[in-house]
Amino acid sequence: MEKTLEKILKDTRENEGNLISILQDIENAFGYIPENAVNWLASKLDINPSIFYGIATFYAQFHLKPRGKNIITACCGTACHVKGSDRLINGLKQELALPEGEETTKNMEFTLEKVNCIGACSIAPVFIINKKVHGKASADKLIKEIRSIKGSKNEGK
Amino acid sequence: MKANNTVIKVCMGTGGIAAGGSEVIDAFRTELNTAGIAATVEKNCLMHKVGCRGLCAKDVLVDVIINKEKTTYQYIKPEMVSRIVKEHIIENNPVIDWAVGDDYHNFHKKQLKVVLSDCGSIDPEDIDAYINGKGYEAARKVLTTLKPEEAIEEIKASGLRGRGGAGFPTGVKWEVARKQNSKQKYIICNADEGDPGAFMDRSVIEGNPHAVIEGMIIGAYAIGSDKGYVYIRAEYPLAVERLRKALSDAKTKGFLGKDILGTKFSFDIKVKLGAGAFVCGEETALIASIEGQRGMPRAKPPFPVYSGLWGQPTVINNVETFANVPYIIRNGAKWFSSFGTEKSKGTKVFALTGKIKNSGLIEVPMGIPLREIIYDIGGGIEGGKLLKAVQTGGPSGGCIPADMLDTPVDFESLAKAGSIVGSGGMVVLDEDNCMVNMAQYFLQFTQMESCGKCVPCRIGTKRLLEILDRITKGKGKEGDIELLEKLSADIKAASLCGLGQTAPNPILSTIKYFRNEYEAHLKGKCPAAVCKELLTYYILEEFCKGCGACLRACPSKAITGEKKKLHKIDPAVCIKCGACFDVCKFKAVKKE
Amino acid sequence: MIKLTINGKTIEVAEGTTVLDAAKMLNIEIPTLCHHPKLTPFGGCRLCIVEVKGVPRPLTSCTTPVSEGMEVTTSTPALEGLRKTVLELILSDHPNDCMVCEKAGDCTLQELAYFYGIRENRFGGERRIYGKKDGNPFIERDMEKCILCGRCVKVCDEVQGVGAIDFAYRGFKSKICPTFEKDLDCEFCGQCVAVCPTGALTGKMWQLRGRQKDIKEIDTTCSYCGTGCNLTLHVRQNEVVRVTSKEDTWNEGWLCVKGRFGYSFINSPDRLKKPLIKRNGKFEEASWNEALDYISAKLREIKEKHGPDSIAGLSSARCTNEENYLFQKFMRTGIGTNNVDHCARL
Repeated sequence: MEKTLEKILKDTRENEGNLISILQDIENAFGYIPENAVNWLASKLDINPSIFYGIATFYAQFHLKPRGKNIITACCGTACHVKGSDRLINGLKQELALPEGEETTKNMEFTLEKVNCIGACSIAPVFIINKKVHGKASADKLIKEIRSIKGSKNEGK
Repeated sequence: MKANNTVIKVCMGTGGIAAGGSEVIDAFRTELNTAGIAATVEKNCLMHKVGCRGLCAKDVLVDVIINKEKTTYQYIKPEMVSRIVKEHIIENNPVIDWAVGDDYHNFHKKQLKVVLSDCGSIDPEDIDAYINGKGYEAARKVLTTLKPEEAIEEIKASGLRGRGGAGFPTGVKWEVARKQNSKQKYIICNADEGDPGAFMDRSVIEGNPHAVIEGMIIGAYAIGSDKGYVYIRAEYPLAVERLRKALSDAKTKGFLGKDILGTKFSFDIKVKLGAGAFVCGEETALIASIEGQRGMPRAKPPFPVYSGLWGQPTVINNVETFANVPYIIRNGAKWFSSFGTEKSKGTKVFALTGKIKNSGLIEVPMGIPLREIIYDIGGGIEGGKLLKAVQTGGPSGGCIPADMLDTPVDFESLAKAGSIVGSGGMVVLDEDNCMVNMAQYFLQFTQMESCGKCVPCRIGTKRLLEILDRITKGKGKEGDIELLEKLSADIKAASLCGLGQTAPNPILSTIKYFRNEYEAHLKGKCPAAVCKELLTYYILEEFCKGCGACLRACPSKAITGEKKKLHKIDPAVCIKCGACFDVCKFKAVKKE
Repeated sequence: MIKLTINGKTIEVAEGTTVLDAAKMLNIEIPTLCHHPKLTPFGGCRLCIVEVKGVPRPLTSCTTPVSEGMEVTTSTPALEGLRKTVLELILSDHPNDCMVCEKAGDCTLQELAYFYGIRENRFGGERRIYGKKDGNPFIERDMEKCILCGRCVKVCDEVQGVGAIDFAYRGFKSKICPTFEKDLDCEFCGQCVAVCPTGALTGKMWQLRGRQKDIKEIDTTCSYCGTGCNLTLHVRQNEVVRVTSKEDTWNEGWLCVKGRFGYSFINSPDRLKKPLIKRNGKFEEASWNEALDYISAKLREIKEKHGPDSIAGLSSARCTNEENYLFQKFMRTGIGTNNVDHCARL
């Protein structure tokens, strides 16, 4: 971890970085914001880590908990809303057996998160599964996709 | 046939890629290689290139141009490519069944493209394509022949107003910045397009990033700044990538950097990625975010143009505003101000979405009646349903009801109707949309995006949402509508920044035009059958075939019935998820 | 100088003065919760809004600089209505347990609720509930009472230069907390407690030790170091129950952990009130004269036997400058040596 953090520190100093770009680098490197990474950088920069925490909790892009291997992103824009994205999200929660208030399944396989409008409104409702955009999504198509991810994992065993 | 006369353009915007644009390009490459033909497979940005004219709903759009004769195909999938290559490219016999129809052509007829004029005709990743179409000529003209004051005068004369929402005259803003006696000034392009249902800025950057850069160069020269930033949402990976490439190409060609075009003027642009906070579209919050802090707005005055980034004079303009600038300089202020209305000059780009046939990106002259946008360009409402309202301006805006469709679309008229032009989101709602639910949706959004700094927004929007929640659950109380109106007015008056000052607009405008829907909810009915708690699902005897589809789909086992016999929903067990409604092929499931 | 009128009264103030400060000079009261004269303006509570002629919406007087010819009105039915709504909103997310709150009688929020006569609240709804209590030894953090005015964040950053706490999250979920919401772990200067306008931050040692009305305030000087900060001891039944400092003192009301929280020695049973002399291996109480005679005899004996340079003096940072001056004088002229030093130099 320290090597990665040292690189982040170096990049920050060379490229006019700021606390947000540091957190973006941490998120990219670890998939979330580990507390000890924040503490390490905070002590090197002589900034109280509480300032980092304030920023990390302000912006939606930062996650304080590790996330699942597969990321399902539901667009919550207006067009997706009027085309029924809420119902699809509820369907996915059932399929993944997500406990209320949680984003990530217990086995750390899936994370289902909502994001603000991604601007692909013409093909609403939109879901992104592992960075691939699925437009005009339907319950059937989404569940099929998720089952195929689950299936390929089982085959791998 | 001469293969090198063949050009294939594939839409490659976010929409095009989502629909499989890359796979279509690959399929063309493979098929053409197999057939032994050399053709140029151009990456076309959806809204910019030929097809992209904004009609993302028909993606993947593909142009096949043979000897300058163009055929446009819609809904193209990789497996369809071989037939196009075989019949059209080899045998010169276009596949008419797959070509676009009248609605595609009508979509473009009433539009007027200034900002989007090069979008869709040039490759956004190729700076030469932009230069060949007179790109960077405006910057050359301004830097080498005009004084900064003259450039400002030209923008002022054009009547260009900020396209980010507030509509402040761009030239006036630049003039104030010019007059600030400060060694360091900044110019910022606000590409933090956060309104749900809006994708104008993303499309412009994806389709023609150099126009934005050129606009910024001209702006920087006008105000006397040597440093610019583009603050762009990280949720727009493709736009970020194209912007970065465009910046580095512009630098290589000498349009950015030291002593631009042999003048004494130096200017450079940095990209700053947003981290996911709607409020950062507000200019003081945006500045805080560029400085690396929590994006909490601060009170104005002082305005950023006096004291902005790092306390220095700072001009912040929206993507579309900057993209207009080179075209104004190239064609003259007179040309630009010949479009639009007396007070709203030029054109406006809108993202037309929702229950509309041709959803996509459009550019229209200011003042065009809303009706023409909906019916002539948009092709009318999907599925033969009735239009209820058009929501403009996103969470800061309001709705225009169907009987006010002749409202001209410009800053003043929309404001008069209780809505705003905003950044350009335009969501079409039909009879199946519940207006209380729409207000609730937007409040949910603004409430979540409130930065929490000031009391009216932090607690007030929460209380508004709670009142709306109870109304949509049939638990509304007498006087709730009046309470909503009172609290809304107070939040608008007392909030610190634009987010809080406009957050109640969706409520006020829906109460203004659809008070009856609110009243119906208080009586326990949702007229559009949207609000879950007020619905009951049941099966119509005359339509049920006993196929069992609903029974299998029901997650709560609320449906019973034997095969080929009438099925029934037990309302005590039903969780109102709507799964049965979705799967029934015979329209036998009814909700009320 | 800039000339403006507030409520019809004309005043001339220096450029850069805020409307709030200008109003203060005219003795015009404007309510505020988030403003603190020693900290940068915040503009979050929205109570100090005023109307300015020609400006369509009310402006916060704490953030708005004066301008020439400005015409300000600080109270209109519309403004008072907005203030009332804001207060109701704050109270709709507040425990309202003034009867048992440590801050009652000394709380700005309570006072404003009183002046605005807020008995009923139009806006009921969800309230922030925080189960976890902060386990630090000095500062009681009852964050359900926090109104997010940000004074504590700013004093910690701008005055103390520590930044131990910051705003976290956003919107209704906003809270002020240390990093990763752990227990507070800082210098415990308690400046945050001093500036908190509600009962969100109080001293743990102060709990249930008496209401402000029963307390006698006694001004004194801190004895911990030569800085000599002004203290105000809050005394109830001859016992110090808390310590504050007034803003108009030279230390501007700021204190450190020792001055603010280090007062329990006063009533400690272990505290030495009389000199002790060790006789037959045991400390015995003695009078001051006895003790001083004993010391001078010993010093003289050592000096005669081993010379003055065999004696060194080490002074304390808890002494005043004057005391330290006298001590070195004593060492140099009384004992006759330059061997004198001070613990703060180490």
